[in-house]
Amino acid sequence: MDIVVCIKRVPATDTAIKIAADGKSIETAGVTFELNAYDEFALEQALRIKEQLNAGSVTVVTVGPKDCKKQLDDALARGADKAVLLSTTDWMYDGMQVASALAAWIKTVPCHLVLCGRQAVDSDNNQLPANLAGRLGFACVTEVGKLTLADGAFTAERDIEGAREVVACKTPAVISCQKGLNEPRYANLKGIMAAKKKPFVEQPAQLGARGMEIVALSLPAPRAAGKIVGNGAGAVPALIAALRETKAL
Amino acid sequence: MSDLYKALDFLNVDELYTDEERMIRDTVRGWVSDKFLPVIEEHNRAGTFPMHLVPELGELGVYGASLTGYGCAGLSPIASGLICQELERGDSGLRSFVSVQGSLCMYPIWAYGTEEQKQRYLPKMAAGQLIGCFGLTEADFGSNPGGMLTKAVRDGDHFVLNGSKYWITNGSCADVAIVWGKLDGVVRGFLVDKGTKGFQGKGIKNKFSLRASDTSELVLEDVRIHKSQMLPGVEGLKGPLSCLTQARYGIAFGAVGAAQAAFDEACRYSQMRIMFDKPIARFQLVQNKLVWMANEITKAQLMCWKLGKMKEAGAMQHFHVSLAKRNSCWMALECCRLGRDILGANGITDEYQMMRHMCNLESVITYEGTHDIHTLIIGRQLTGCDAIM
Repeated sequence: MDIVVCIKRVPATDTAIKIAADGKSIETAGVTFELNAYDEFALEQALRIKEQLNAGSVTVVTVGPKDCKKQLDDALARGADKAVLLSTTDWMYDGMQVASALAAWIKTVPCHLVLCGRQAVDSDNNQLPANLAGRLGFACVTEVGKLTLADGAFTAERDIEGAREVVACKTPAVISCQKGLNEPRYANLKGIMAAKKKPFVEQPAQLGARGMEIVALSLPAPRAAGKIVGNGAGAVPALIAALRETKAL
Repeated sequence: MSDLYKALDFLNVDELYTDEERMIRDTVRGWVSDKFLPVIEEHNRAGTFPMHLVPELGELGVYGASLTGYGCAGLSPIASGLICQELERGDSGLRSFVSVQGSLCMYPIWAYGTEEQKQRYLPKMAAGQLIGCFGLTEADFGSNPGGMLTKAVRDGDHFVLNGSKYWITNGSCADVAIVWGKLDGVVRGFLVDKGTKGFQGKGIKNKFSLRASDTSELVLEDVRIHKSQMLPGVEGLKGPLSCLTQARYGIAFGAVGAAQAAFDEACRYSQMRIMFDKPIARFQLVQNKLVWMANEITKAQLMCWKLGKMKEAGAMQHFHVSLAKRNSCWMALECCRLGRDILGANGITDEYQMMRHMCNLESVITYEGTHDIHTLIIGRQLTGCDAIM
């Protein structure tokens, strides 16, 4: 089975975000980027499927600037066979546009299964998986927490409101991965050394029309300073009064 | 990553490393944060090593990482140094375990062993399925290993070993010990398997330092081993000393990791600790301490990088390693002492890692050549005068 894993680099989750001078993007200088955590589940699942079948290929692909090579190298080190960078000059935030570029490329390669994270933790749009499946004409199962493969067909389990849904699915398909699906492996050191010998393709992304545009970004208002009402047991009445005042009680 | 660790890199030393070296460093750093740091304090209190992590480290590929073939990763000297740095950021005991396995046990088998010995031991040691220890030091012969009393005598196709070794990391948990002893007055290396009659490891208890590490005494009473268990490729002190050069190289990088852990904790603490209504980071004396730490860490990073480049080029000599080992251990210990001072009374508990690192470094500055012995090695190189003997 030939599997494509779509990944995205995102600012490390402990980054203190600053808004760039244009007011529409984030300042990237000094920001550490990492592989989107949900995409790690997708990559791990792809590697496990390949190991289970003892056949097929795992190709990782991203749409973004050249600096994304680091995350692609990381995926190669963990065991992906090939990496593809569909390069752009800008920060990509529009799921529709990213899906158009991915779909255009995926149509040119053998692909039975597309795995991706349920969402990217930077923009949290949750757009890409369904959008991509629609463009490819593939089946789509989102937010999968358990995936088993038998006799060429998948059984996917996903948490829905108050219940667990079990879905049967055949290839070709796009499956988006939820936390709990697996525990991603570390790249081992031999894998890191082997990665540099694996194929790495870079080509311009064929971006379709934009579906949305960021008009403005702003940081949440700073939180007001806390108030100390007193110390020890004697302060309890003042604390209760303060909580009543704010309607917390 | 589960912790907030930010490694100090004031002069962007990072750009001196290759992409692979940075990736390897980051992988080990992530592993230490995720798997090791959550359990270290409980093991340090109990005086135990987290043995459950031994195979995982094998899967990661850190044992004998700079060696080639036999399941080893064949990494650059800088990459293997950076592995030590990241492991020791966790704990000196963790780095010690890996150094002993790779530099002190796998290296001599790889460099001086027969093909049969290499096939038998190295792949399993690389995978963490077989643990090694290195028996050179004796209770009365530390800085003067040439005076060792452990002896081997021939008996047909066998050797009979008698003696004892002290301060042996992994001595009780090891599956194979590399024991250095004198045969006809010449130091030779012998592979002694666990369970061989007359051979046992006894843990040394009540340590203040390297608590999360097995430190043992090896006792050899009429231990009979087949003659095929001797390392044929080296004679004399050169054998064990060449292993120590490898291990000291790792320590030079490792101690930088411990110092970085100390700096990170102290700097973070200084920004959060409020005294006289402001963070103590705003006090000049506190800043002075942090700047001293950052200054020394940066110098040590650069020294280690240069040492790694020399090793890569085949130009590294043992006295170069002495300079870096001596400097890194000294500055790391001083960083922990200053860092403990910044942490005030809080710094004496194991809520913070500072004093664990500080206590560990008292061993690290002592083992594999004490600070003073390295001073004399460098002094001998500079002056041509031997002040050791």
